[in-house]
Amino acid sequence: MDSHAHAPHAADAHGHAELEIPFTVEIRPDTGLYNGKLGIWLFLASEVMLFGALFSALILIRTSAPNWPRGSDILNVPLATLNTFVLIASSVTVILAWANLRLGDLKWGRIWLGVTLLCGFGFMIIKAIEYGTKFSHHLFPKTNNFFATYYLMTGLHGLHVLGGMVVFAYLAGPGAKMFNTKREQFVNRVEVTGLYWHFVDLVWIFLFPILYLL
Amino acid sequence: MPKRQLRVGTQWLYVDEAEKLLREAIRIRDEEQRQLHGSGHHQSFISKYIFSTDHKWIGVQYGVTALVFLLLGFSMMLLMRYQLAWPGKPFHPLIAKFLGASNAPGGIMLPEFYNQLGAMHGTVMVFLAIVPLAVGAFGNYLVPLQIGAPDMAFPKLNMASYWCYLPGGLLMLLSFAVPGGAPSSGWTSYPPLSVIATRGQDIWLLGMVLLITSSLLGSVNFIVTIVQLRAKGMTWMRLPFFVWAQLVTAFLLLLAFPPLEAAAFMQLMDRVFETSFFMPSGLVISGTPLVRAGGGNPLLWQHLFWFLAHPEVYVLILPGMGIIAEVIANNTRKPLWGYRSFVGASIFLGFMSFVVWAHHMFMTGMGTVINSFFQTTTMIISIPSVVILSALLITLWGGSIRLNTPMMFALAFLPMFAIGGLTGLPLGLAAADIHLHDTYYVIGHFHYVVAPGTIFAMFAGIYYWYPKVTGKRLSERLGKLHFFGSFIFINGVFFPMFIQGLAGVSRRLYDGGAQYEHAKPVLHWNVFMTVSAFGLLIAQIPFIINFFKSMVWGERVGANPWEATTLEWAAATSPPLAHGNFATMPVVYRGPYEYSFPGHEFDYYPQNVPDPTPPPAPPPDGGGGLPQAAVAQKES
Repeated sequence: MDSHAHAPHAADAHGHAELEIPFTVEIRPDTGLYNGKLGIWLFLASEVMLFGALFSALILIRTSAPNWPRGSDILNVPLATLNTFVLIASSVTVILAWANLRLGDLKWGRIWLGVTLLCGFGFMIIKAIEYGTKFSHHLFPKTNNFFATYYLMTGLHGLHVLGGMVVFAYLAGPGAKMFNTKREQFVNRVEVTGLYWHFVDLVWIFLFPILYLL
Repeated sequence: MPKRQLRVGTQWLYVDEAEKLLREAIRIRDEEQRQLHGSGHHQSFISKYIFSTDHKWIGVQYGVTALVFLLLGFSMMLLMRYQLAWPGKPFHPLIAKFLGASNAPGGIMLPEFYNQLGAMHGTVMVFLAIVPLAVGAFGNYLVPLQIGAPDMAFPKLNMASYWCYLPGGLLMLLSFAVPGGAPSSGWTSYPPLSVIATRGQDIWLLGMVLLITSSLLGSVNFIVTIVQLRAKGMTWMRLPFFVWAQLVTAFLLLLAFPPLEAAAFMQLMDRVFETSFFMPSGLVISGTPLVRAGGGNPLLWQHLFWFLAHPEVYVLILPGMGIIAEVIANNTRKPLWGYRSFVGASIFLGFMSFVVWAHHMFMTGMGTVINSFFQTTTMIISIPSVVILSALLITLWGGSIRLNTPMMFALAFLPMFAIGGLTGLPLGLAAADIHLHDTYYVIGHFHYVVAPGTIFAMFAGIYYWYPKVTGKRLSERLGKLHFFGSFIFINGVFFPMFIQGLAGVSRRLYDGGAQYEHAKPVLHWNVFMTVSAFGLLIAQIPFIINFFKSMVWGERVGANPWEATTLEWAAATSPPLAHGNFATMPVVYRGPYEYSFPGHEFDYYPQNVPDPTPPPAPPPDGGGGLPQAAVAQKES
């Protein structure tokens, strides 16, 4: 379909003219993308630079330190392993949600979105337990640079998890109304959120060995 | 010479009368189009003017805000220049009262306040004035129009981008009001100084996080818009160079800012949670050992900061080059010389700008091997800038140049940017940098790039596109007054800095170098520069008057007063339709700069005008002859 033929605006139910941006839903033939998908990939590129800078900083501080504790000696490896599996599981469930919605099954789509949200909750609760234990042992960011990097990187990652959870809660809850009006756009929203969620998962896959095991 | 007349309908009119009539006709047609297509929706004042999602209005919001910040940053500099020229001389009582007794007791500026002004001048100019003006204002307004799009790809994100920028900027200004005043560790915020600085530094960091968020939202939006929303027929090699410049700029902002965001988080943690990312072991401050875990690395901040701040230099200059390219092509009435070289050079510039950052750190003891590497990449990155500048210069050759105000600013840009660029080469060489580092030479160098370089490009752009935004033209007479005043005084401000710098006068000195013996022979330039700076202020008055006066009393123009070829002029009304930009979505048939196209009846061939259908074959009887000329001519 040639979308250039679209009029720049179309009237909605209330008679207000709503500006219609081309390729919000349909794919532009020569790029093979809809706008949101390109947008999220670019956003993730900037996120790679953000976490890339933090990992580089960690390497620089660590290699110049006279002694550096082994993560496995002071951090809770079993809990973090559990958390890794929780997060990987949530990456699978978000795909299931997207697949079901694409096939037109709103009920199961929402269920899987809910499960993803629960996995996010699970991750954050386990993380909170870890933080709590460390605080109770008087291990704070200022204790040493190991803990400074640990709290900064896991904290920033936690904020990303939290951000994803807010979006999932919206998509499973009030945002799901869109399924009946603009189905394709809604499914796209789930897809791009899923892409973001995989990235957050991937960051953890890097954080876990670097902070806990090495 | 006899005055020529044109026949319009049944009347004979002098050419200037006919032109006036034609303009009026175009204006009425624009008005009709706007009424037909642009007013079918009712928006509240708030959604139309404050939380607007229209890229054109957001562009105007960015532009006006950035111009206010530009004036503010300039005023801070004037206060500093006064102190530099006449150290310890009290200000006028009114200014002293405004600054307050905590900053200027008895009207004499405190050294601490001088440092605050220095840090805030840099921050305001780079992050709140030039980048928002070049990208937020010009980019937002023009990119969708030039590529033939109804709006940006994500209008709501666009709005959010402005509404992160404004609070970020206001927060920065608020830091003057907190105890201890504004941040005073320079716009570079080097630790450990910045970590032990007063509360204002926290506000600076939070402001930066907001500004980085704003630029992130903006850059994603720009790239998606340019990739996805190009009109039919607008292929990559038909994009106006301005759009290319914005695309490369957006990638720089997207990828270079996050490391600074990471660094800002770390500095914030160093300040608030007393971590030691940037704090080395064994630090002693004013005789007291600092109680910290230590083990951090102050150079880490410098690396992360300059990883942003060097690409940022190209964020400052690339949109300016884009504007200059548009203005020069239009006013020489010929295509840009070497369009593909422009595109290639700007992309190469973008890539290279990520591997030159440590040339700001030659004096930190990184070692000769690393110095050599960054010195080499720095020499390489000068090549694409020279390519672009040379191509602009060659474009002038043989053109029938129209010397209007935008063109004068554009022509002045060429030698000014050249001075700025060429004086950068000695700084990029590690050996020469030993002498020049942290002297006024550096200040002269980058101000030549940004002030008579980028800011002149911005002025060229304002004079050039003002008719597009308002439908009225800025006064040429006031414009030329503005230009000549600015051109003379801006050189008076910045050129002596090279002289002082070569003599070894350091930057960031509260008394301008009076305490140093070696500065004595060149110290008298301080008064000259300060007088020039106040002259520069006076030279802006015609611009400010012009800017507001022309909105009301300016000469009304049609859609395309400069007879340009690109879509924002050729396919849209002035101002463009509020809703969707175009009455019908344009289709593009050719490259962006088809001026003086051989065989075409006008000296400009707009991108959206289809090729003429070949003339019908002559009738078989051989008669017919040429069609009657549409407009007859006679001399009186």
